[in-house]
Amino acid sequence: MLLEKLSNAQAVAGREKEVRDIIIEAIKDNVDDFRTDVTGNLIASKGKEKSGAKVMLAAHMDEVGLMISEINGQGLLKFKPVGGFDKRVLVSKEVVIGQDKIPGIIGAKAIHLQKKAARKKPISYDNLYIDIGAKSDKEAEKLVSPGDMATFPTKYNQIADNIVTGKAFDDRVGCAILAELTAEDFSFPVEFVFTVQEEVGLRGARQAAYAINPDIAIVIEGTTAADVPENEEHRYSTTLGEGPALTIRDRSIVVNKKLLQELINTAEKNNIPYQFRRTTAGGNDAGVINISREGIPAAVISLPCRYIHSPVSLLNLTDYQNLKSLLTNFLIDSQGKEF
Amino acid sequence: MLELLEKFTAGFGPAGEEMIITELIKDEITGYCDEIKTDKLGNLIAYKKGKGNKKIMLAAHMDEIGIMITHIDEEGFLRFTPIGGVNPRILRHQKMVFADGTLGTIGVEKLDDIKDLKLEKLFLDIGQDSKDKVEKQISIGDTAVYQKNYYHTGDRIIANSLDDRAGCALLAGLLQEIKEPAHDLYFVFTSQEEVGTRGATTAAFGISPDLALAVDVTDTGDTPEARTMDVKLGAGAAIKIMDRGSISHPGIRKTLEELAQKNDISYQHEVLEFGATDARAIQLSKEGVPSGTLSIPCRYIHSPAEMIDVNDYKSCAQLLERFVTSELLDEI
Repeated sequence: MLLEKLSNAQAVAGREKEVRDIIIEAIKDNVDDFRTDVTGNLIASKGKEKSGAKVMLAAHMDEVGLMISEINGQGLLKFKPVGGFDKRVLVSKEVVIGQDKIPGIIGAKAIHLQKKAARKKPISYDNLYIDIGAKSDKEAEKLVSPGDMATFPTKYNQIADNIVTGKAFDDRVGCAILAELTAEDFSFPVEFVFTVQEEVGLRGARQAAYAINPDIAIVIEGTTAADVPENEEHRYSTTLGEGPALTIRDRSIVVNKKLLQELINTAEKNNIPYQFRRTTAGGNDAGVINISREGIPAAVISLPCRYIHSPVSLLNLTDYQNLKSLLTNFLIDSQGKEF
Repeated sequence: MLELLEKFTAGFGPAGEEMIITELIKDEITGYCDEIKTDKLGNLIAYKKGKGNKKIMLAAHMDEIGIMITHIDEEGFLRFTPIGGVNPRILRHQKMVFADGTLGTIGVEKLDDIKDLKLEKLFLDIGQDSKDKVEKQISIGDTAVYQKNYYHTGDRIIANSLDDRAGCALLAGLLQEIKEPAHDLYFVFTSQEEVGTRGATTAAFGISPDLALAVDVTDTGDTPEARTMDVKLGAGAAIKIMDRGSISHPGIRKTLEELAQKNDISYQHEVLEFGATDARAIQLSKEGVPSGTLSIPCRYIHSPAEMIDVNDYKSCAQLLERFVTSELLDEI
């Protein structure tokens, strides 16, 4: 499955090449043409000559990760977060660094040596380091350089019926769905956009939307499923297994009402389960696409994933199929309509 | 003049749902402009031809802050998320109203410490005792704003949403009155200002103005133990020098000052340490747009009982009229 390949690949924001190459390989025979723009967005077109509203579909290739900032005298690596991390989860995790995938682990002062007060707080980035087993700075410098990106060697795994675990489902699910969708033919122009640097400020989508100037845009995202113990029901944002989540509004966008209604109609007509994203926290590429040029009606469909922005997340493959089916049916039904 | 203010503050219009306000304003300005349209983000744009060849954009935002329903529990209580800068301390025990007129009170969970008063401790009670009954009226995603109220007391107006229906009323009033603008005027009643000056962003791109003036409310520093700020209610139109989103173009600022002095319009300078206006977005559009803000001093912003002074409001109206008819605009 393409999702497996994409989830296992490393693409911390700003270094998306590995994921981009996998996507190019998967879509190159399906699309009319594709290009990589200055920032690194992969833009693939289908049906440019067709009439009807131009639709931009977007998913981001980048994931959150760590950047090596310094190699100290003992050969240990200091690092900084790239994108929003839950720093409680970092200590004692395995990582891989840079293109050569140099293995290491995140170390910290052993618990026996920590003061009582220090044990109660998450360890700050200043007190964490990556240990690649180098004996000195000279030895470490042969393998890594400051600026190299690190992420986790988590392998995609099916752990139960329809339940898979892996890293970076935010937003490799979007990438996988859009890449698979390139196999369909539409009666109107479609631009498939795999964006960069979403996690550090929606940077790639901005340029892509400006260049493409679409009539409508749909963003496919991985979002938090907060249906877990110790969370009250009214604070669940989405629930695993209840279908794709439609955004009404979040920190970055008020979703175009007509577009949202059309998505709801499509889901109901085709008996596709759906839910609303029941929080307005967070934002995504749709926010910057929406305010590009004179304004572009945009919507967001998200796949509920538990434990995102951590080394391993979990999703339901039925949700995945339902999201894909909702998007496909919407595109077929809407027939390149303007909103 | 105050009729427009009363009419516009009575409308329901949380950010992203400005349709009712759009209709209220259209109703007042149709026939007074050469062209009128609504763009994809919901901005209402009215064009009035002028003598010169510059394009001047005037912006006031239609949207107000509010809440959006995210969850309905079995007992019929509703949970919500903020739209724009709503403060849980102000929200507690307020009456909120939905677009269809449904009314509710904001309740709060038991608090051991007042510091625990966060938005997630609040809920809305619309007087129904089950989820089924609530769902006949309200769905997840529906929005509510402070219950509408408008009072004229002495020289002061107390009302909800003076931020920024007062600006909308000034622009609509100007459009009704103005005979011969110095240049082409684009009256832009913007959307989604409270959630990030989004409407102004796309409107400015579409219009490509040569200069722009936002008209919005600003805070004051004249109440007991207030944060230091040299803006007083009743001391005149406030000419913005700077806020968190923009530094007013010196040419625009100077023009406003000169016009106020020459015409005996009372004015004051404004430096706002928190907050921004549509000028923030417009100034950065395309290759940059000289932008400024004319502010109406306002106490208790983002509460259901915002307060402005009628004389300040009139000073703003006069200064605005002088500004758009001024030959000084040629120099900017």
